[in-house]
Amino acid sequence: MDFPAFLDQLWLARIPLLKGLGVSISISFLSIVVGTVLGVFVGLALTYGYRPVQWIVRGYTDFIRGTPVLVLVLASYYVLSTVGIDLGPFQAGILALSIFCSSHVGELVRGALQAIPKGQTEAAKAIGLTFPQTFAYVLGPQALRQALPAWVNTAAEMVKASTLLSIIGVAELLLRTQELISRTFMSLEFYFFAGFLYFVINYSIERFGRYVERKTAVPS
Amino acid sequence: MTQTLLEIRDLHKRYGAVEVLKGVDCTMAQGEVISIIGSSGSGKTTMLRCINMLEEFQGGSIRIDGQEIGYETVGGVRRRKKEKEIARQRAMTGMAFQQFNLFPHMTAARNVMLGLIKVRGMGRDEARSVAEKWLDRVGLLSRMDHYPGQLSGGQQQRVAIARAIAMNPKLMLFDEVTSALDPELVNEVLQVIKGLAEDGMSMLLVTHEMRFAYEVSTRVIFMNQGRIGEEGNPREMFVKPQTKRLAEFLKSSSFN
Ligand SMILES: Nc1ncnc2c1ncn2[C@@H]1O[C@H](COP(=O)(O)OP(=O)(O)OP(=O)(O)O)[C@@H](O)[C@H]1O
Ligand SMILES: [Mg+2]
Repeated sequence: MDFPAFLDQLWLARIPLLKGLGVSISISFLSIVVGTVLGVFVGLALTYGYRPVQWIVRGYTDFIRGTPVLVLVLASYYVLSTVGIDLGPFQAGILALSIFCSSHVGELVRGALQAIPKGQTEAAKAIGLTFPQTFAYVLGPQALRQALPAWVNTAAEMVKASTLLSIIGVAELLLRTQELISRTFMSLEFYFFAGFLYFVINYSIERFGRYVERKTAVPS
Repeated sequence: MTQTLLEIRDLHKRYGAVEVLKGVDCTMAQGEVISIIGSSGSGKTTMLRCINMLEEFQGGSIRIDGQEIGYETVGGVRRRKKEKEIARQRAMTGMAFQQFNLFPHMTAARNVMLGLIKVRGMGRDEARSVAEKWLDRVGLLSRMDHYPGQLSGGQQQRVAIARAIAMNPKLMLFDEVTSALDPELVNEVLQVIKGLAEDGMSMLLVTHEMRFAYEVSTRVIFMNQGRIGEEGNPREMFVKPQTKRLAEFLKSSSFN
């Protein structure tokens, strides 16, 4: 391995690589945010929805979770255009990842809410709280703490899944790296470098999750 | 003249096809302390939970201070009241549970303050001083900033009682509040309830502590298979039970 030559190439390619990194982070961030917001509603519907609503949403999450993410990405890029919805690769990718994320977050939220003992709701009712108040002050905060560790995992999964968008031509970090490799033939070095960047992103997410967990821990 | 506080008429409650309350009638005056005793499965908890609409019931009526709880009959059709109205009615009663059910993510003080702020509409400072007053009353002023996980079972139950009583309910419901406690912690909780009784608080207590029921109650109700089997003042009931069922129940229970 010629390390100085690699550094040379890295320096030359710094702009496209940084752009790729930026795109990867944007994809991950957007799909985590949209997926989480959607997922909270999915979780609420799964837990408190009327029966028919529960069935429909249950079908949605089971279907999405049973489908490979790559298939979702390809479908939202190629299939949607056949029914007249023309999304660019970036938007189609975000859509697919957000939907994927929402089904996982929905399941997390449902699990967290159902893990709260019934007595909590009953105690809240007994002091005269309405359901929205019970959710806001009693159930929600407890579910949040409960779901946080698994949510961090999901967020890290989304960062990994963002690489799949390279297949529909989104110029994110992996695609930029591959372009670079086809020019320089330094595959080991640049794959390793890209891997390192993904690691840094996910490590930061994990540290952040730990930090929030510590901050919101209940003394006992 | 004592005023009627609670009036239960022909209360029927089913779980699916199984009828667990088969027509309960009960009238309670302001300031009464009524203990409900009876064997497991006789419907004691269910009766208490119907009073604050933690359970639906299919027939009969419950009135507190003359207000019909949970249901209204409009044009001959009985229907459940609006959720908001039911929440308001629930705040007329306070309830303490066997499992305490404190909110684990809030300190003792915040547990008490939540209802004061969100239901009674108090400001933070006022709510805090009311919480202080009641936590002091149950002997836990020094623990008010502790989380439930940092308190013993007896302390948690006392906080739970303070949380209910601070809402200034017309009627307190206690469902076997000492059953989940280690024996050495039972007394501190019973003392708190006794103090409330002496203050004239109206209370319905489901209990297996026969000695305690004997001491604090103005009246005892013996539940038997979804009905009131026998009722009367504790001296007569415990000493001279009228029905065979009650006599058997008392013999099998710890009262001596
Ligand atoms: N959620 C439920 N679904 C179905 N049946 C129930 C439910 N809750 C209670 N029951 C039944 O209703 C009957 C009365 O129960 P309840 O809890 O009121 O009894 P209890 O007198 O409080 O007994 P214990 O002394 O054991 O607490 C029992 O036969 C019980 O099995
Ligand atoms: Mg019971």
